[in-house]
Amino acid sequence: MAAIELRGVVKRFGPITAVDGLDLDVPEGICLGLLGPNGAGKSTTMRLLTGQALPDAGELRALGHELPGDAKAARAKMGVVPQLDNLDVDVTVEDNLAVFARLYRVPDVGAAVDRALDLSRLRDRRRDAVDELSGGMRRRLLLARGLVHDPELVLLDEPTVGLDPQIRTELWSLIDNLRSRGRTILMSTHYIEEAERLADEVAVMAQGKIISRGRPAELISQHAGRQTAEIYAPPERLAEARIVAEAAGLRVRPAGPAIAIVGSERSNGEGVPEDAVIRAASLEDVFVLLTGEEAE
Amino acid sequence: MSDGRTTLRRLEPAAIGGVMSREVANFRTYWKGTTFSSVLEPIVYLLAFGLGLSATLVDDVNGLPYVEFVGTGMVATAVIFSSALPAMFGTFVKHRFQNTYDAILAAPVDVEELVSAEMLWIGVRASIYGCFPLIVTMAFGLDPTPGMLLVPLFCFVTALGFAGFGVAMAAIVAKIDQFNYVTALFVTPLFLVSGAFFPIDELPEGVQVVAQLNPLHQLVELVRGGAFGFAAVDLVRFAGLVAFAIVMWRIAVNRMEARLID
Repeated sequence: MAAIELRGVVKRFGPITAVDGLDLDVPEGICLGLLGPNGAGKSTTMRLLTGQALPDAGELRALGHELPGDAKAARAKMGVVPQLDNLDVDVTVEDNLAVFARLYRVPDVGAAVDRALDLSRLRDRRRDAVDELSGGMRRRLLLARGLVHDPELVLLDEPTVGLDPQIRTELWSLIDNLRSRGRTILMSTHYIEEAERLADEVAVMAQGKIISRGRPAELISQHAGRQTAEIYAPPERLAEARIVAEAAGLRVRPAGPAIAIVGSERSNGEGVPEDAVIRAASLEDVFVLLTGEEAE
Repeated sequence: MSDGRTTLRRLEPAAIGGVMSREVANFRTYWKGTTFSSVLEPIVYLLAFGLGLSATLVDDVNGLPYVEFVGTGMVATAVIFSSALPAMFGTFVKHRFQNTYDAILAAPVDVEELVSAEMLWIGVRASIYGCFPLIVTMAFGLDPTPGMLLVPLFCFVTALGFAGFGVAMAAIVAKIDQFNYVTALFVTPLFLVSGAFFPIDELPEGVQVVAQLNPLHQLVELVRGGAFGFAAVDLVRFAGLVAFAIVMWRIAVNRMEARLID
């Protein structure tokens, strides 16, 4: 059974269609990365799943519950880790967790708090106010708060946005641990590396729709081939190289100060300059080709 | 955790209790300052208005010593200032700045439960803070009576209504500085024509009619009833406060649903 089933879901905000006929299945026990640029509709999809946004059209089910009618019962079995830190900063770490254990009707609040403290490695800071914690600790606490009731389904909305690399890596290991314990995870992100490292499958979302989906390796092979040639040169030369590559039938995308010729193994010696740097094709190539957006 | 086959009901005590436990956890971090001002303010007002005016201009009002008249009236000011204002500012800050409600509504709690819990918590707090002016006035000579035991209940019901009003205003305004309009147009006039500092029967007839619709005036009369003797009309006054609380509760839930659910 799918943990999440969305069929033809539409959500509009005035003239803007944030989610546009979205079809999405998330099977139980996998981590699905919802990868898309800002404004792709990822956060709106998350809010639709928690009943905090109401669809204009379409059908939604989560953990067997129809949404939004039975959203409250579905939320009891979901854990949500938001994009923004909304902890109670003056309150202690353990009280932040205890409040949410009560909201989720956990029978043994003390045991649930202890388990969450162990998960977030904050047992020795349990009596400290949140505003005394470092940024990384706060993020771990935010994650632990969403898991305090041991949910069947975890929604991670841009879980590491704006964090420095060290904290991001810390959180990745916590999320990976969750995944290895068989929890179903839907994780929205616009970080390619995050999706590549953590997701069993990646769904690329743009303009409110899923435009491609598969295992990262499958997506790369399907859309980007085996290898990519990157050319670093002054802008005039990049423009020339682009014309030559496209004339040879190759796909070219911007790559910061360079251009990337995707699927360069198909060049037959034409269209790829000799000084190009050859590397394996990546999910970033797929993302940029499909969405037209620069990757982060 | 739910077993998944359970259909969660409306207005579940567990959800309301969970939201209130969050308020209690936060209150533990700031109760000293709030309680200090709630005790000090009536003392300052009683010294300024009660002793100051009674020594110079007013000896008594309708046969009551002015200190006792003001002291019992100030219960209403304590209630509005510990209900409408915290509801307005607290709700606005938690929703717009702290994103607290996003976190709570991601749990099995709905907007009706969230608003009800916020109102109940404010009602409980205001029912305690509302008693402080009465206790302070006792130090200035007010005799305790059994009827005063009902004052926390009167304060609680009135505070529920004003908490609902504050929550609804927080859902309606676009920016926090728009609370200045709410305070100037509603809170201050209600407070001034409540009969707390002067009897409303001295006011022009039109204002007297409006004052009768003022829940704070009804509270003032009920508190004075508790202190100096109830009248039959006090039952109607209490029923009016209950109706005010129910109407404000529904308006607050409706406005917050519109604000919180996209």
